[in-house]
Amino acid sequence: MNPAILVPLVVLLPLLGAAVTLVLGRHRRAQMAVSASVLAAVAVISAVLLATVDASGAGVVVQVGGWEPPFGISLVVDRLAAIMLLISAIVLLGVLVYAVSQGVADRHRETPVSIFHPAYLILSAGVFNAFIAGDLFNLYVGFEILLSASYVLLTLGGTGERIRAGVTYILVSLVSSLFFLSAIALIYGATGTANIAQLSVRIAELPDSVQLILHLLLLLAFGIKAAVFPLSFWLPDSYPTAPAPVTAVFAGLLTKVGVYAIIRTETVIFQESDVSTLLLVIGGLTMLVGILGALTQADIKRLLSFTLVSHIGYMIFGIGLATELGLAATIYYVVHHITVQTALFLTTGLIERFGGSTSINRLAGLLKASPLLAILFFIPALNLGGIPPFSGFLGKLGLFIAGAEGAPESVGGPAWLTWTVIAAGAATSLITLYALTRFWNMAFWRDRDEVEGYDSPLLNSVLEWEGSGDTAVATRTTPVPMVVVTTALVAITVLLTVFAGPLFDLAGRTAADLVDPSVYIGLVFPGGVR
Amino acid sequence: MTASLTLVVLMAVLFGAGITIMLERSLTRVLIGFLLVGNAVNILIFLMSGAPGLAPLLGDDVSADDISDPVPQAFVLTAIVINLGITAFMLALIYRSWWLARLGEKGDLVDDEDDLEEEAEEVEGLIRSSAADDLAIQELIDASDEEFEPSPERPDEEVRP
Repeated sequence: MNPAILVPLVVLLPLLGAAVTLVLGRHRRAQMAVSASVLAAVAVISAVLLATVDASGAGVVVQVGGWEPPFGISLVVDRLAAIMLLISAIVLLGVLVYAVSQGVADRHRETPVSIFHPAYLILSAGVFNAFIAGDLFNLYVGFEILLSASYVLLTLGGTGERIRAGVTYILVSLVSSLFFLSAIALIYGATGTANIAQLSVRIAELPDSVQLILHLLLLLAFGIKAAVFPLSFWLPDSYPTAPAPVTAVFAGLLTKVGVYAIIRTETVIFQESDVSTLLLVIGGLTMLVGILGALTQADIKRLLSFTLVSHIGYMIFGIGLATELGLAATIYYVVHHITVQTALFLTTGLIERFGGSTSINRLAGLLKASPLLAILFFIPALNLGGIPPFSGFLGKLGLFIAGAEGAPESVGGPAWLTWTVIAAGAATSLITLYALTRFWNMAFWRDRDEVEGYDSPLLNSVLEWEGSGDTAVATRTTPVPMVVVTTALVAITVLLTVFAGPLFDLAGRTAADLVDPSVYIGLVFPGGVR
Repeated sequence: MTASLTLVVLMAVLFGAGITIMLERSLTRVLIGFLLVGNAVNILIFLMSGAPGLAPLLGDDVSADDISDPVPQAFVLTAIVINLGITAFMLALIYRSWWLARLGEKGDLVDDEDDLEEEAEEVEGLIRSSAADDLAIQELIDASDEEFEPSPERPDEEVRP
């Protein structure tokens, strides 16, 4: 079978699924079956594509409608796109199951099902479309699809808090889209094309100053979406108010779509124009400012949102290095971060159900109440903090090695700058660990007696164990699928560690493609660019 | 590249006005500002298709130099559609936030018994006051009718109920 047939399906299937689930608005089970099977199908397709692309060493390109590039729209699946497709399909599927079982248990108070499924599938279509776009304008359309769906998901239920958060989020996204669109207009005006492969050649022919302006404008648009300091202010205010599964998928995926776009911008589109120094500075600042914000948070959802911003800095650092090893570590780190951040937010959702709160001041004694929950939080927390042997440690180590190797030759900026950012990264890693273990100590380890005036929301769902007064057993109010999905995601984060060798090799091959833009160009234009 | 000066000026004005209005506090104004800036960006894209006045059609006996670039027009059309959808959503959001600001969460909880009672009292009061208003207006009308007795030259006034 020709793998090219599969490429459009990753966008078409979710869109068709969205239409079907909209029609099936009243049939909850049918809706769930459709969405789950669509996302599972996309996951399988992505796995097949990744296997094909990695085995052949070349990507799969589809010219939509049979129009030759640059006249038609190209859909490009190279190794990077295939990896991103696969990991996001898996995460989306997991969060869907989690959200639905939560919705069933809560009788849809949190997730009005008739809107949730179509919006969720459209979000998926947008994410997938952004990953396979071989055309700058198609990338914009992908962004708009996922953003429009995310507006709906963020304001689900329309409570005052969500509307307030939604307004900030939507306005910031709109401004970034306007920047993106203006950048496309100017780039088209300067080069006469929006095809990414052709842009790579034509932009290199422009004067340096023009390149720099276009480059910075595009980075500004993507920087807002990726929540890079100082454009990250909106994220901790808007994400935590959404329903837990929605926050999880936003935190895991949406910012990474921005990071993916930045990777493409730096490696393919603007291969000549070099802003490495800027990226290194921004990466370092994003890490430090983000994590210092996390230190002062009492609410675990806000705390995690700040760590999310902070850890985007590592990826920007890796992109700024612009070496093969730096990009390989970045790709590994992106995959690690998508899974670990989603797992942490899903666990937070469980904590909220179980402890009745997400505030550090009102949670206590969860270790006794639910050891499994404690483990489900502890493993990703250590992982995010970069404790060996977890994937977070490996990713950070890879980035630091890449930086240290690049530093003497002052690849991507002066050597002292690279060393400074490495130091900032190490500090950030430690502070992350501190912030998360502080939460763990307070919520899980601390005894309930130590909290003054502890009003246990657990009592509603807990039966006192007869015989001994200090142990309690929870009645089963948390649906099993929610726990299973969270466990599965935590297991994936551990598997990223176990299979770190082959995965790092894959990331290395991906980075080798990225470092040389002629690989991407040759993929879209096998006969050379006219 | 040639471009129409009128469009450039129009774009600049739209950008300026739109950004100014977007900085206001009211959400409706922010939306209007967004619409203006959005249209300014659309004009910016349109400007990139080169000199105005030519059709974007490539025929058998037309050379590629004698047509407008159709791609920016396709971009603009897509952007307009996206803007339309987002505007609709923003309007719903603004209405919802207005609703919440006026009624708070209370607006969603009318099935509460106390609220129902309260509401019923309010409605009753409204009906009572509007009945009183009607009465007063009727009296005014009657009074004016007495002042202006219908004359034979204006038969239309006589058929008035």
